Amino acid sequence: MATPKLGPGSIVDGWQIDSQVHKGGMATLWAVKTAEGEMPLIMKVPRLAEGEDPAAIVGFEMEQMILPRLTGPHVPRFVAAGDFRALPYVVMEWIQGKSLHTRLPDLPLTPEEVADIGSRAATALDALHRQQVVHLDVKPSNIMVRTSGEMALIDFGLSHHLQLPDLMDEEFRLPYGTAPYMAPEQVLGARSEPRSDLFALGSLMYFFVTGTRPFGDPQSLKGLKKRLWRDPVPPRRLNTGCPPWLQEIILRCLEVNPENRHPTAAQLALDLRTPDQVPLTARAERMDQDGFVTAFKRRLEVDSILTVKRGPAAGDAPIIMVAVDFTTTGDAAAEAMRAMIRQLMISMPRARLACVNVLRLRRIGLDTTLDEDGDHKHLQRLIELRHWARPLELPEGSVTFHVLEATKPADAILDYARSNHIDHIVMGARERSTMRSLLGSVSGEVAAEAPCTVTVVRARTDEG
Amino acid sequence: MQIAFLTDIHSNREALSAVLAHVAARPRPVDRFVLLGDYVGYGADPQWTIDTIADLVSKGAIAIRGNHDEAAIGAAHGMNAMAASAIDWTNRHLDKASLQFLERLPLTAIDDDRLYVHADASAPDRWLYVMDGEAARRSLEAAETRLVFSGHVHVPGIYGLSNIGKLTPFKPVPGVAVPLLAQRRWLALVGSVGQPRDGDPAAAYAIYDTHTAEIMFQRVPYDVDKAAEKIRAAGLPTGLASRLYAGR
Repeated sequence: MATPKLGPGSIVDGWQIDSQVHKGGMATLWAVKTAEGEMPLIMKVPRLAEGEDPAAIVGFEMEQMILPRLTGPHVPRFVAAGDFRALPYVVMEWIQGKSLHTRLPDLPLTPEEVADIGSRAATALDALHRQQVVHLDVKPSNIMVRTSGEMALIDFGLSHHLQLPDLMDEEFRLPYGTAPYMAPEQVLGARSEPRSDLFALGSLMYFFVTGTRPFGDPQSLKGLKKRLWRDPVPPRRLNTGCPPWLQEIILRCLEVNPENRHPTAAQLALDLRTPDQVPLTARAERMDQDGFVTAFKRRLEVDSILTVKRGPAAGDAPIIMVAVDFTTTGDAAAEAMRAMIRQLMISMPRARLACVNVLRLRRIGLDTTLDEDGDHKHLQRLIELRHWARPLELPEGSVTFHVLEATKPADAILDYARSNHIDHIVMGARERSTMRSLLGSVSGEVAAEAPCTVTVVRARTDEG
Repeated sequence: MQIAFLTDIHSNREALSAVLAHVAARPRPVDRFVLLGDYVGYGADPQWTIDTIADLVSKGAIAIRGNHDEAAIGAAHGMNAMAASAIDWTNRHLDKASLQFLERLPLTAIDDDRLYVHADASAPDRWLYVMDGEAARRSLEAAETRLVFSGHVHVPGIYGLSNIGKLTPFKPVPGVAVPLLAQRRWLALVGSVGQPRDGDPAAAYAIYDTHTAEIMFQRVPYDVDKAAEKIRAAGLPTGLASRLYAGR
């Protein structure tokens, strides 16, 4: 497998090389000539010469295997791959935009910006995890910010597709990853845990809000293992401007046991977008690391932390949205809705419930003049929503409440479901009435257009 | 070229019918059938099964011999009591042409970069089980082709061997195409059509695409009640009927 010398002007399988974009330890990136108006492309060519890191070869095999199977805006679009026996390469979309690495000189960033970056990155991770891929090398330089603001993950050389053979797993004894961001279970060689990516994102957010890496940049396996028993300095100690809710989220991401992190990237994104509803635990207020004795005990018991359970599928921890409509539902209907929610939450204890009500605006512009009144209505609806959910007796932290203001309820519900990656919408049927024949059915419209499962609940009536 | 791999049918008419219907329903017809042995033994429809296999072979399918096929023509050795009693029954329920058909089957076949062998390629006539990485390595190292396709173990599996000798075991997910990367060698264990033993009673088979070098394992539910009832009605050991329900 000889690697022919590539340079500007070279032509490989019809792709014309333009200029070198980047030369890394594992691969070289070349810009590919494309016609005006076409998607810009890059060619990634692994460095396979004698004496190069064997991980470069396996990493490239993995990328060649995984990238063609990925779709959506949160990854670069795959275009072509070269025959490994002739010249291995991948041609893919050249994402126009900057990586998060370019933000390092600006650290620390404001908590609001960190939460915004974190939620968009978590959304990208959720898209990846739903495609059965764990990235395993989440770090600032591997997160690109598209000009649209959407984030895309790049470099799948260390990734694991949960439904394909994991070549990396068998090849190497030492864990591969990037030291400051690697999850504890990854340090121990686990490569099938989607929540490893949440740990890495937590490290990134910690770094971005404090300017300091939570676990430094250790260069030895022993140094890497320290994160199994030594908790990081709470972010608020380093940056008093870091609010308790953000510390709560970051430290939850950095939990040693993946079971204690957010169940899915979608749930993390939801928390980062709704700071006022993040349930605060002791994590939120901490100002110091655990004492020496506690940490030392953990160090002795490190073996018990090493057993990592298989990560949950997203299906075990869905975000369920219940759209509550007070105007058309009677007691029986409300109870039928709650019964449905109760069933779902009991069968999936890790599910998150988002209770949503749409506050209908008559026409845009009219209601906004009555700001105070509007605020009052909004608050009143929120109180009613909480009251509606009270009989469910859901634990704090598994439920959030949102009042959406919109002129068209179906659109508002659909927008919310799309932007929050809702897995399941539960809503009531409008009662048989002239209203429904005049306005059409909101649930019908939602069921037709929703990106997920929709359950329409109607209380049983035995009349007629 | 798309190749459908079927193995370990074991006289299970209901399972083979369901698999053939599943293959026929594919949007793109397969170009070839490859049958990796053990057409008879255990189940109640040996004659129908051999007729069906012989018909596929007459239309271009490649078929090789399994240990139960060998036993049915009178060369049984080292079988447990249940298998041996089923083989005895099978032998009495096959016509002469079918026995001759089984007799003519080769132990192995080579097709481009692929070796077809029922059990372990290092000793095809010893019927060793490829149950772990060590056995998979032995089989791959004995083969001269890049790819090896086998049956015999009744559990679907894939083993990849890198050019520096590292072995990657993998449990395939039904319906997900797995690329058999060109720079490695691979052993594919196609699960059983007629008597799966991985806990899933549905019939197993696989499709390999020579152009993309991707293999996709498939599972097809079939009428287990009927197959089991026929086994009991034929007076075969009842354990052969009940295990079909558990896929063990």
